[in-house]
Amino acid sequence: MSNITKSEKGLGVAVETVEQKDYSILNLGPTHPATHGIFQNVLTMDGEIIVDAKPTIGYIHRAFEKLAERRPYNQITPITDRLNYCSSPINNMGWHMTVERLIGCEVPKRAQYLRVIIMELSRIADHIVCDTVIAVDTGAMTGFLYLFQWREKIYEIFEEICGARLTTNIGRIGGMDKEFTEKAWAKLHAFMAEYPKALSEFQALVERNRIFMDRTVNCGPISAEMALAYSFTGPNLRAAGVDYDVRVMNPYSSYQDFDFNVPVGTSGDTYDRFMVRMAEMWESMKIIQQAIKNLPDGPIHADVPEFFLPAKEDVYSKMEALIYHFKIVMGETDVPKGEVYHAVEGGNGELGFYLISDGGRTPYRLHMRRPCFIYYQAYPEMIKGAMLSDAILTMSSMNVIAGELDA
Amino acid sequence: MHHSQHISAGEQAVALHDKVQALLAEKLGSALLRSQIDFEFPVFIVEKQHIYECLQLLKEEASMKFDFLTTMCGAHFPEAGEAEFMMMYQLHNLQANDRIRVKTFMSAQDLELPTATTLWPAANWMEREAFDFYGFKFKGHPDLRRILNMEEMDYHPLRKQYALEDASRDDKKDLYFGR
Repeated sequence: MSNITKSEKGLGVAVETVEQKDYSILNLGPTHPATHGIFQNVLTMDGEIIVDAKPTIGYIHRAFEKLAERRPYNQITPITDRLNYCSSPINNMGWHMTVERLIGCEVPKRAQYLRVIIMELSRIADHIVCDTVIAVDTGAMTGFLYLFQWREKIYEIFEEICGARLTTNIGRIGGMDKEFTEKAWAKLHAFMAEYPKALSEFQALVERNRIFMDRTVNCGPISAEMALAYSFTGPNLRAAGVDYDVRVMNPYSSYQDFDFNVPVGTSGDTYDRFMVRMAEMWESMKIIQQAIKNLPDGPIHADVPEFFLPAKEDVYSKMEALIYHFKIVMGETDVPKGEVYHAVEGGNGELGFYLISDGGRTPYRLHMRRPCFIYYQAYPEMIKGAMLSDAILTMSSMNVIAGELDA
Repeated sequence: MHHSQHISAGEQAVALHDKVQALLAEKLGSALLRSQIDFEFPVFIVEKQHIYECLQLLKEEASMKFDFLTTMCGAHFPEAGEAEFMMMYQLHNLQANDRIRVKTFMSAQDLELPTATTLWPAANWMEREAFDFYGFKFKGHPDLRRILNMEEMDYHPLRKQYALEDASRDDKKDLYFGR
């Protein structure tokens, strides 16, 4: 490390340059089949050992925070789809709840429970992607093939609920746009009945597998102190042993009504991150079961006509409905002034929306706290001294999603 | 979280606000410009010269322990003169589950701030993002480069003077929409 010197460049910023010749430089990414997304890391290698890593991000930056300043509130939901696109519905709900907090809207219990069902399905879909891909990166393709089709079944449920699969734009400000269809319920019940078997099978294949454990135990570990210093949240923080979960600490959408555990790990390595997600899928199943069993009757949206599109037949026959329809579609709804922060437990951590409203039709400022943007900066620290193959596993176990990272 | 069954979120926010306000007023004096509660969130506005001292106090003081940096972000208010730019820090005491927001305002001529990376390594990319989009200069930051935009860019795009729409388009004028 003594060969690394600092030089002045550009904005008076110290840029490290490696002068020693026997280190080799390896470009991992921007596009590499093993990084599952657009991530570039310039690795300084001493043989097969990683000495340093310089991540470059922003390859799919789409200026969401700027875009949000020009869009009416309901048109921002599709932007949130494209953050962590492995669990879009959680992002959608997080945004709806942020606006609901600003406009002081109490969502009916039934809608809250329906939202919980959707959000927990999303969490399962998100964890399926992450955990099966960890297995793939250790060479275990079989588990991936077995379990990945269940993500497809979840997407089919979403499709029945809202018509979309990946970028869902699900629900509305004020509640849900419609009841689950009969087909959606049938698919949900089928999923609830059959998924545990598939998950158990996958778990049995991988969990105590000698090769899998050799590859993942003590691979890319992070201590609880370090994880907190780097503002880790979600499964990555819990794998390090900190039981922070937004659903428990700041319950939203009636999460306080549900009985579930917050699984934690001890060493914060790839194996623990994998295991925490496995356990969370079981907890999500428990939550969905309770939500289905205790689903209250009643309306599925609050009485907020300025935000919630009226029924089409009313638009054609009632003056008020026509006015509100027009106001919403043209984005002419004024909102209260104020600043709110609302966070949800996303697939990979605390997804927060910090919204400044000046009372106009669009947000004055919208900042999204994107969990993987914050924790990915610890990646170089986590892979220093490791082998290249461990760096690949560490990255996939951190569940870094390019859409969320780059916003 | 269990005491929330007895005390409302609003009352909790007031209690937290009063506690933090008392400490900051004692230690920072007039550098604590004002404080308020926004949607059950205690907010403290601090003079820029004392922002590092304030953050350190909130992080390290035994009675505070806001040792988790949830997020940081900037904002631009072109009409606000001396308070044209805002930097916001949102802190979380995970043990007590208390959240607060600290803000500091500055003029466009004076965008230099002390870095928070010495308190939280997590501030590194948050500050790079704030530099990239607004042009805040964090003194002492180990590597203050753009992070999401390309290095060649010569402006800070989240500032309000940069309109989002293509200026050459004439089909999206507010006039046509009665605005």
